[in-house]
Amino acid sequence: MMRVDRSFLVMALIFALLLAAPFVLPLVEQTYLLSLLIKAMLLAIAAISLDLLVGHGGMVSLGHAAFVAIGAYAAAIGLESGIENILALLVLAVLVSGLFALVTGALALRTSGVYFLMITLAFGQMAYFTLTSLAPYGGDDGLTLWSMATLFGSDVVQNGGQLYLVILLTLLASWWGVHRLSNARFGRVLRAARDNPGRTEIMGFSIFRYRLTAYVIAGMIAAVSGLLTMQHAEFVSPAMAAWQRSGDLLVIVVLGGLGTRNGALLGALFLVLVEEVLGSIFHEWRLLYGPLLVLMALHAKGGLSDLLFPAHGPETTDATRANGEQI
Amino acid sequence: MSLTLFLIQCLNGLQYGTLLFLIAAGLTLVFGVMGFINLAHGVQYMVGAYLVFAFQQLTGSFVAAVILSMAAALLLGLLLEHFVFRHLYGRDHLAQVLATFGIIIFLNELAKILFGPGTLTIEPPEFLAGSVQLTEQLRYPVYRFVTILAGLIVAVLLYITVTRTRVGMLIRAGATTPDMVSALGINVQKLFMIVFGVGAMLAGFAGVIAAPIFAIEPGMGDNILIIAFVVIIIGGVGSIRGAFLGALMVGLFDTVGRTLLIEGLEVVFPPSVSNQVGPALASMLVYILMAAVLVVRPQGLLPAKGAA
Repeated sequence: MMRVDRSFLVMALIFALLLAAPFVLPLVEQTYLLSLLIKAMLLAIAAISLDLLVGHGGMVSLGHAAFVAIGAYAAAIGLESGIENILALLVLAVLVSGLFALVTGALALRTSGVYFLMITLAFGQMAYFTLTSLAPYGGDDGLTLWSMATLFGSDVVQNGGQLYLVILLTLLASWWGVHRLSNARFGRVLRAARDNPGRTEIMGFSIFRYRLTAYVIAGMIAAVSGLLTMQHAEFVSPAMAAWQRSGDLLVIVVLGGLGTRNGALLGALFLVLVEEVLGSIFHEWRLLYGPLLVLMALHAKGGLSDLLFPAHGPETTDATRANGEQI
Repeated sequence: MSLTLFLIQCLNGLQYGTLLFLIAAGLTLVFGVMGFINLAHGVQYMVGAYLVFAFQQLTGSFVAAVILSMAAALLLGLLLEHFVFRHLYGRDHLAQVLATFGIIIFLNELAKILFGPGTLTIEPPEFLAGSVQLTEQLRYPVYRFVTILAGLIVAVLLYITVTRTRVGMLIRAGATTPDMVSALGINVQKLFMIVFGVGAMLAGFAGVIAAPIFAIEPGMGDNILIIAFVVIIIGGVGSIRGAFLGALMVGLFDTVGRTLLIEGLEVVFPPSVSNQVGPALASMLVYILMAAVLVVRPQGLLPAKGAA
């Protein structure tokens, strides 16, 4: 029991720090850090959903940013057409993204392994090019939004209101949701299908259905991240769907630690930190970031979560085995 | 659409298709033989284009630049194989994706620093500069014909090598049962190095011949990499014939299909609708083709049956 509690402690610590940040940082005049934290939290929401696929399901998707962008665009287009309530926009974003996930997932899951990766990458790119050709909604340049969504007329979900706390609560909810889902029978079947698809199929589970459900759920959570990103940036652009963003999400999940409770969270904070620190040292920080990824791939196999908090709970051992070749 | 435009689009599609084949061939061989997913394959195409630009500035001769660039592309491929990829063959695909993603970020940034973020262009060499009169209204640049021809020659050479030579036999055997090949006393590591080097050189060659046609810019390899994946999915992983068929299909679909689709929509719908829907649908066309192939034959049209 002690071991399981530890990952909860890490999580509680991170959330306590994130909760304290908006009260402490203005006192020391570091409000810029708040926008960095928002960026990290938005990335973390999307990465948590991706971890459900990659870590638990063994489905390496390289097109996850498309769901973020589709969620953001669905909300932005809804906003432009006069829907102002954020709950209505939430439903819209989640439905559109979920539908896209259902169709592309059903096609991509006809194959497995590295095919799956290529196909998700290709569909992500399709989403990107489709968004760039949406001329009425800004095309290549993206769409600047002049009025933002409200919660029944209140500005609590806007930058002027309590958007930071809303994002933090959403992050907590996604963390909790995916954690519950992965501990439930659903998550166990997903991991069983990852480790031994043949046996799972024989036990009477339809792997395809479980995987597709996971794919749709992940797409929907990513869409929420997209909606909040729109609300924070007050702007949407096709660049949100660029395949490099999908790569970043995958980097976050892998660096953080696959299938671990806090991996996506740690990975997102780490990525934003690295970008910021390297970027402040010199402008061409990607020259260091690229080789850093190569070194991480070659040497750090367990991810940050394993490096910082080497717990040996049941989930971490799963994660080290997650490196199989099944989808 | 006039017949002239149709012919031009067909030739452009053929030219784009042969270019895609050069990239997809290396990618599919490396994946088929080593089970290695190389995202950095596209960036090697970009490197080829920059190399030919740099060498032409240095030597002033296109031919010399082509030869030097191919040698340099081969060298880069072998260096990458030696220092990075070799250590990742036995690892899972995620580690390979992470490492090759890092290489893409590095090389794209390096290109931006060395050559600037803007686009560069080079002229085709003097002796290939003209154009050929095909019909009364149709002239087509000699250089584009030469690239089509070069792509076809490489395709034939590659096919003969894989199906008719000893190295090709080893490649096919290595793709199916690497352990057995190794047990028979074949140096699999060396075989992998050769395949990787040739793959890198093919991608570099594609970049070299594309340089005078398309603009040279950082990140130019990323989009073409994804299209090369589409080609492989359509053709079937590990298969040279599949890559060739897929590349031509994608090339023609993307050029001819795009024009036909937009013109077709203009006939059916009023301009207000077709102007909005047309471009969006046209950019999805290649992926719709991929989706259709996945529905009918998830393993691709011409999958490798142990043979490439």
